Amino acid sequence: MNKTIYLDNAATTKMSKTAIEAMIPYFDKIYGNPSSLHSVGQAAAEALYDARQRIARCINAQPAEITFTSGGSEADNQAIISAAYNGEKKGKKHIISTKIEHHAVLHTLKKLEKEGFAITLLDVGENGIVKPEQVKNAIREDTCLVTVMFANNEIGTIQPIKEIGAICREAGVPFHTDAVQAAGHLKIDVTDQNIDMLSVSAHKFHGPKGIGILYAKKGTRLTNIIEGGAQEKGKRAGTENIPAIMGMAAALEEACGKIDENAKKLAAMRDRLIAELSKIPHSVLNGDEKNRLPGNVNFCFEGIEGESLLLLLDDKGVCASSGSACTSGSLDPSHVLLAIGRPHEIAHGSLRLTLSEENTDEEIEYTVKAVNEVVSYLRNMSPVWRDLTSGKKEFITK
Amino acid sequence: MALYSEKVMDHFRNPRNVGVIEDADGVGEVGNAKCGDIMKIYLKIENDIIVDVKFETFGCGSAIASSSMATEMIKGKPLSEALTLTNKAVTEALDGLPAHKIHCSVLAEEAIKKALQDYYEKNGIEYDHSKFPDCEGCAHCCE
Repeated sequence: MNKTIYLDNAATTKMSKTAIEAMIPYFDKIYGNPSSLHSVGQAAAEALYDARQRIARCINAQPAEITFTSGGSEADNQAIISAAYNGEKKGKKHIISTKIEHHAVLHTLKKLEKEGFAITLLDVGENGIVKPEQVKNAIREDTCLVTVMFANNEIGTIQPIKEIGAICREAGVPFHTDAVQAAGHLKIDVTDQNIDMLSVSAHKFHGPKGIGILYAKKGTRLTNIIEGGAQEKGKRAGTENIPAIMGMAAALEEACGKIDENAKKLAAMRDRLIAELSKIPHSVLNGDEKNRLPGNVNFCFEGIEGESLLLLLDDKGVCASSGSACTSGSLDPSHVLLAIGRPHEIAHGSLRLTLSEENTDEEIEYTVKAVNEVVSYLRNMSPVWRDLTSGKKEFITK
Repeated sequence: MALYSEKVMDHFRNPRNVGVIEDADGVGEVGNAKCGDIMKIYLKIENDIIVDVKFETFGCGSAIASSSMATEMIKGKPLSEALTLTNKAVTEALDGLPAHKIHCSVLAEEAIKKALQDYYEKNGIEYDHSKFPDCEGCAHCCE
C-alpha cells in the first residue's frame, strides 16, 4: 500500500469539504467586521448570529450561552479560571478534577494551586474511568468547581458525565467538562447531561484549527482571559474569526447529523483493531474495552519504546501517536497511562491509533500487519525483550 | 525542520551492527527501562583491537541511531582509541541531535566504556578507573 494511512484523528482531523466550502464566502465576500454598523459589517454579524444558533442547537444550549474562543485550551482556561474566581469571592477555593485530564486543564489547575486554591485530582480505575461516588465524596463546603473531561484524548474512555453533573447540581457546585474529544463524536446535551460549562475545539471534528467554543450556562459569570473590545458580550475580546466560526458550525452540524452512523462505522474498525492487536503477545489494551470513543485504540507493547515504533510505522505509511516520554519531550511517559497503573517500563511502549470515518477496512488490515512487523522487529533488537524472553526479568503483561 | 537529521534517520532505519555476540569478551549495559532507554554493547577483542561489535537497544529513534553510529566508530579500532570516543563525537557524526536527545549519545559512550571495563575486569587488566563512569549508567537518571 503506497499511501498515507492517517490514524491520528485525536490529534487533528482533515477538514470536511462542507466545512471548507462554508468558510470560503467569508474571506472575500462577507468579510466585514461584525462590530461595524454599516451593511458590510452587519452581513458578517448576521452570519455570526446564525452560526451561534446552529452550534447551540447541536448541544441543546441557548445561543447566548455560547462564547467563541481560539480553541479547546482557551475554553478550558476560561471556564476554570472563571469558576475559581467566582468561588474565591464566596471564600470557596477548592477544585475537584481527575488525574487524566488534558494539560489545558491540569496546568490551569496547577497555576491556581500556586494562587492558593486547593486541588483534588481524583484517581481513575485501571479502566480509566472515574466513579460518580468519588466526586460525591470529594465535594467539600468550599468546593467551587468540578471539572471532569467528557472523553479522554489518549485512552478514549468516556466518563459518567450526566451522573457527575447531577451530583454537582445537587451540591450546588458548578460542573465543567472538557468535551474536546467528545464533540461531534458522542451525543452532547448540556441540559439533559447537567453540564454548566463545556469546552469544544473545531479541528477535532473536521472543522478548522484555531477556533472553539466555551458553553457557559446562563447565569455563569465569566472572567476574561483576553481583554479588549466588547466582542462576545465583553467576555472575549478580539474581532471574531468569522470564516473559522462558519467552518466550525458547518462541521459540527455535519458531524452531529451523522453521529450514530459514524460511531457505528468507527466502532467496528476499532473493535477489529483491538481484537487483532490483542493477539500480539505481551500487549495490553489501555482504557475500557467498550466504554471508549468509537475511534480510539490504545495499546502498550512490552519490551519496546513508542517513538521508534511511531517512526517505523510512519515509514510504512501509518500515522499514529504514542504516550512515550520521547514523544512528549519530557522524561516521563504519559500521565494518563501512569494514572491507570501502567508501570513506566510499559508506558513507554504505547501506541495510539485514532480513526475517522474516512478510514477503510483495507487500511485497518494493513495497519495490523504493519504494527505486527514493527513490534517484532523492535523486540528483536531490544535488550529488555531478550531479558524477558530468557526469563531474566518477569513479564508485566500477559 | 525535521526532528532528526538524514544521518540519524539512516542509522535508525538501517542500524549497523545490531545483534548479540554470544562469546563476547566484554559486555556493557546502561540506562534503565523506567527512563525509556537501555543500551547493551557486546565486544569481541583480539590483540587490543575491537574486531567485532554488536548492540541491542530499547529506546527511541535517536537511541538506536546513536548506538549504531557509536559501534561503527569503534569497529576495527584499538581499545585506546575506543576509550576516547565521546558523546560529542557521536552526536557530530550524526549531524547533530535535538537538545533533549543528547543523552542518547551519552548512553552510547557509556555503554562502550562499560563494555571495555568489563573486558579489563574479566581479564585482570589494570586500567585507569577515573576514565569510567562509576555509576550504573546514570547519565540521564529520570527519577
